[in-house]
Amino acid sequence: MTGERTEQAELLSGGEMLIRALRDEGVKIIFGYPGGAVLHIYDAIFHQDHVEHILVRHEQAATHAADGYARATGKAGVVLVTSGPGATNAITGIATAYMDSVPLVVISGQVESRMVGTDAFQETDMVGISRPIVKHSFIARNAAEIPLLVKKAFHIATTGRPGPVVIDIPKDTTDPRVKAPYVYPSEISMRSYSAPEKGHPGQIRKAVDALLHAKRPMLYSGGGVIQGNAAEAVTRLARLLGYPITNTLMGLGGFPASDPQFVGMLGMHGTYEANMAMHYCDVLLCAGARFDDRVTNSDVKKFCPDATVVHIDIDPASISKTVTADIPIVGAVASVFEDMIAEIERSKAKPDADTLKIWWDQINRWREKDSLRIPEPENGLIKPQQVVKLVHEMTGGDAYVSSDVGQHQMFAAQYYGFDRPRRWINSGGLGTMGFGLPAAMGAQFAFPDAVSVCITGEGSFLMNMQEFATCMQYQLPIKVICLNNQALGMVKQWQDMQYGGRYSHSTYAESLPDFVKLTESFGHVGIRISRPEELRDKLTECFALKDRLVFVDVLVDPDEHVYPMAIKGGAMKDMILSKTERT
Amino acid sequence: MRRIISILMENEPGALSRVVGLFSQRNYNIDSLTVAPTEDQSLSRLTLITSGDEARIEQITKHLNRIIDVVKLVDLTGGAHIERELMLIKLKATGARRAEVLRTVEIFRGQVVDQTDSTYSIQLTGTSEKLDGFLAAISDCKVLEVARTGVTGISRGTKVLAI
Repeated sequence: MTGERTEQAELLSGGEMLIRALRDEGVKIIFGYPGGAVLHIYDAIFHQDHVEHILVRHEQAATHAADGYARATGKAGVVLVTSGPGATNAITGIATAYMDSVPLVVISGQVESRMVGTDAFQETDMVGISRPIVKHSFIARNAAEIPLLVKKAFHIATTGRPGPVVIDIPKDTTDPRVKAPYVYPSEISMRSYSAPEKGHPGQIRKAVDALLHAKRPMLYSGGGVIQGNAAEAVTRLARLLGYPITNTLMGLGGFPASDPQFVGMLGMHGTYEANMAMHYCDVLLCAGARFDDRVTNSDVKKFCPDATVVHIDIDPASISKTVTADIPIVGAVASVFEDMIAEIERSKAKPDADTLKIWWDQINRWREKDSLRIPEPENGLIKPQQVVKLVHEMTGGDAYVSSDVGQHQMFAAQYYGFDRPRRWINSGGLGTMGFGLPAAMGAQFAFPDAVSVCITGEGSFLMNMQEFATCMQYQLPIKVICLNNQALGMVKQWQDMQYGGRYSHSTYAESLPDFVKLTESFGHVGIRISRPEELRDKLTECFALKDRLVFVDVLVDPDEHVYPMAIKGGAMKDMILSKTERT
Repeated sequence: MRRIISILMENEPGALSRVVGLFSQRNYNIDSLTVAPTEDQSLSRLTLITSGDEARIEQITKHLNRIIDVVKLVDLTGGAHIERELMLIKLKATGARRAEVLRTVEIFRGQVVDQTDSTYSIQLTGTSEKLDGFLAAISDCKVLEVARTGVTGISRGTKVLAI
């Protein structure tokens, strides 16, 4: 921090400093909810118009909205909540962002310093509660250090493997009567923190060599490619080599889904060809993914038995955590891919065309299974997969699509077909129901003219539906497509498959609200679709209402399952393909 | 495999809880832990004993390095090193026992730091094995209290853990 400017520096209170620092950091929008401990800060917000504050209706939604904003833009999302329940309500959203490595800066109020530790009204140990689910956290000790803490928080949240950072601010440090000179540091360096950038050249050469000599190569890219803005580099490398590529749930859009080299999503509900190609590959290049148990299936010993594993990740702790990497590369994915492309071009080597053709012929035979074919509608019921396909068609495949968690999430991931990064916004790691609507709000605030769609289920939607009020206040024209199967579909599917169809607490059809009336009561437009033949017309009607929030309650086949599905305890090649077919 | 990991970290509130929290969060063991500020007041040095196979230790050190407050760390067991632990022990010693205890203390190069008619308070420094050996040697005595610091250590030769 430079001290020379202190003489001319403006005197500001801690609350004013916080808002000024956010402005100097380039923050345009913050999501929050006021309360006693943050009232000085809210007064500072009132006196300026550079940083827009969005009033949500629940602190969990503030974090999800900031998260959706961050995923759609690549910038840090900012949250402001009060102490105690405000802070604890934010926890689920912080954990969601942490699991998916999303940059967030969460500012929580705290009781006055002298009251900390006395069980004061609305006191909670926010730094303690959030410790396992943040990248780092700070407590402000006085007003003067607030700008530096803000600078550090943004630096830590957005560099390296991104993640949420909490700044806990006791009320006395924002007292409007206590002023200090405001200086915003232009740069920051921390002796205990630096983010890896370039990958090791020797490791990159080894990786390129392994890839070029592969007989059955496979590229597997994850959320790190999206977060690290590496989709373009990954796409160029994949096309340069002509190799098959799969994306994880978090990595969809990292490579265009409409490209013939894309074999679909992999993992528990991945395509037949993606999972088969994974199992039988001899060189696996994993970029910005972490061999999650929803990818590898439960027994990692059976995972890709013949593969030499190249693993690129910015976080060394992700490498060899579950699957041992033969060629580990620590670095920013985009930079490593650029170096790999340069190395391939320099060496002028090409993969052997005949060998590659044999591999593609095999993959194309697996493709013929058509594992994502949509079953014919039965008994006049709508298939949820059809709905997602139509949403893709009507949005030109280029909407910001958020989802909640469950069957609808998997259908959206399997059938929307994302061609670009940052369009697919879902809670992959924590699997947070209630994420979809506030995340769609965040994306809509980031891109007011874009189409923001939330594909949800009636169970998840009920978890954060209060945000309909926020959507009305700010006139957000989100399109909520609810695949209503009148049950907790994924729970029910597992109960069908593993618990003899005993639906323990997964159905509630008789107590569901009338979603159309509910939506209308908030001032939005509600549409119900119950027959396959009205699907196209009514969805067209929905997307034609460009300046209104529309909730489409689509009554879908309640007995539909998500397939393919990994067989528990098996290898990636072991899948259930339909209610009657297994590999 | 027993490992001694020594960490230099920011002498900031919350830094210790981040390190300790990591071990419980990720289901790693801590057998002992010792921490104090260094000659540079802005840094603390924390030394801990943990155990696990190669892969587990690698994960532990990677995750420790990921903590923002951790500046640098070393696995002392990876090379030649010196390790020490301090133990204070109070035991009951009366009659002929008293001379016997003093002999044992001398053999282990300990010191009697306090005494009453019926007790001795003894200070002993060395490797954890040596301290265990002392406890075994006086196992006939009634031990009233044991306070051990946990292990701290330093590399042999010119190698240092410093910034």
